[in-house]
Amino acid sequence: MSISDKLVNDLVANQIEFVTTVPCKQLGGVIEGVDKHDAIQHVPCNKEDEGIGLCAGAWMGGKRPAIIMQNTAIGVTVNTLVTLTQFYRMPLPMLISYRGELREPVSCQVEMAVHTKALLDQLLIPTYHFHQESDAAEFDTILKYCFMSKKPVAILTDANFWGGY
Amino acid sequence: MIRSELLKTLYPILEKHFVVCNIGLPSQELHQLGDRENFFYMLGTMGLSSSIGFGLALSQPQTIVAIDGDGSVLTNLGTLATIGNNTADNYVLFIVDNGSYGSTGDQPTYAGGNTSLADVARACGCENVVECQDTEGRAALQAAIDSKQKTVIVCKCESGNIKLPVIDTDPVVIRHRFMAALAAANA
Repeated sequence: MSISDKLVNDLVANQIEFVTTVPCKQLGGVIEGVDKHDAIQHVPCNKEDEGIGLCAGAWMGGKRPAIIMQNTAIGVTVNTLVTLTQFYRMPLPMLISYRGELREPVSCQVEMAVHTKALLDQLLIPTYHFHQESDAAEFDTILKYCFMSKKPVAILTDANFWGGY
Repeated sequence: MIRSELLKTLYPILEKHFVVCNIGLPSQELHQLGDRENFFYMLGTMGLSSSIGFGLALSQPQTIVAIDGDGSVLTNLGTLATIGNNTADNYVLFIVDNGSYGSTGDQPTYAGGNTSLADVARACGCENVVECQDTEGRAALQAAIDSKQKTVIVCKCESGNIKLPVIDTDPVVIRHRFMAALAAANA
């Protein structure tokens, strides 16, 4: 099974039925898998804060949500994460492409990568960094933790995890 | 009429439905008209009323009315493309278009200038877009709900505010009772 299929299967096994995404090359296989899976409603969004709003609504409507995004967008989601997701105590798994880490070919991406963990730490968002493919074994447990705690939780997946950019 | 007067005309309809209400004065005005568990008040997060409402409409069958403002929609203009490209016929987006950022002191918006949010919504693929004046808002909202078709209403009204206290209900209480009422309605 591909690593993308494993992540999609874990989403489904955790009753995640609503996923919003922005495009990403590294997470492309997961996004494609989400789009094709009958158990998941895939609603692409235009911007990540909009997507988090959709997820908040979906969760209040009875469907477990998730967002798939890049770390470069953390900045545009800060206000939404703190005044909506955290303030109203809502769960939100954030499956994030960690651009700008080891094996990244585009230098500009590094500029956001160096702030990524510090920003998530400042926001008190539990954060997990997948660097080796075997790290994905924890994805199922992280999803369970997210919905148990009703908090946004970040899963950073870097280029090495994906086998190179 | 100003927004608070418009919301008063809508209230007999809103009280019967699940409503997401925009940050600041719109939520305070709705709260003042009569606090209800089927109202989700936004205490922050400008711009996302339409998105939260749309997520709700996509995930369950009850009618969802999202009350938004012209200024808030302008901060999240991509929402109209998402609404225009996904199916949720239990969704009504009611944009109170007073051409100003009311909660911050009535500074003018571009929607009060050259920008037509109704035209933007149509260009984004929203098929049922209704433009109306404040006195027509109540009938437009009822017609949209009765049509059982995804609808965007752009309702023009005058700029202006009344002075109201902030909502001090705990956000988790607002969210929890809203979810419980919605789950009960869907049970």
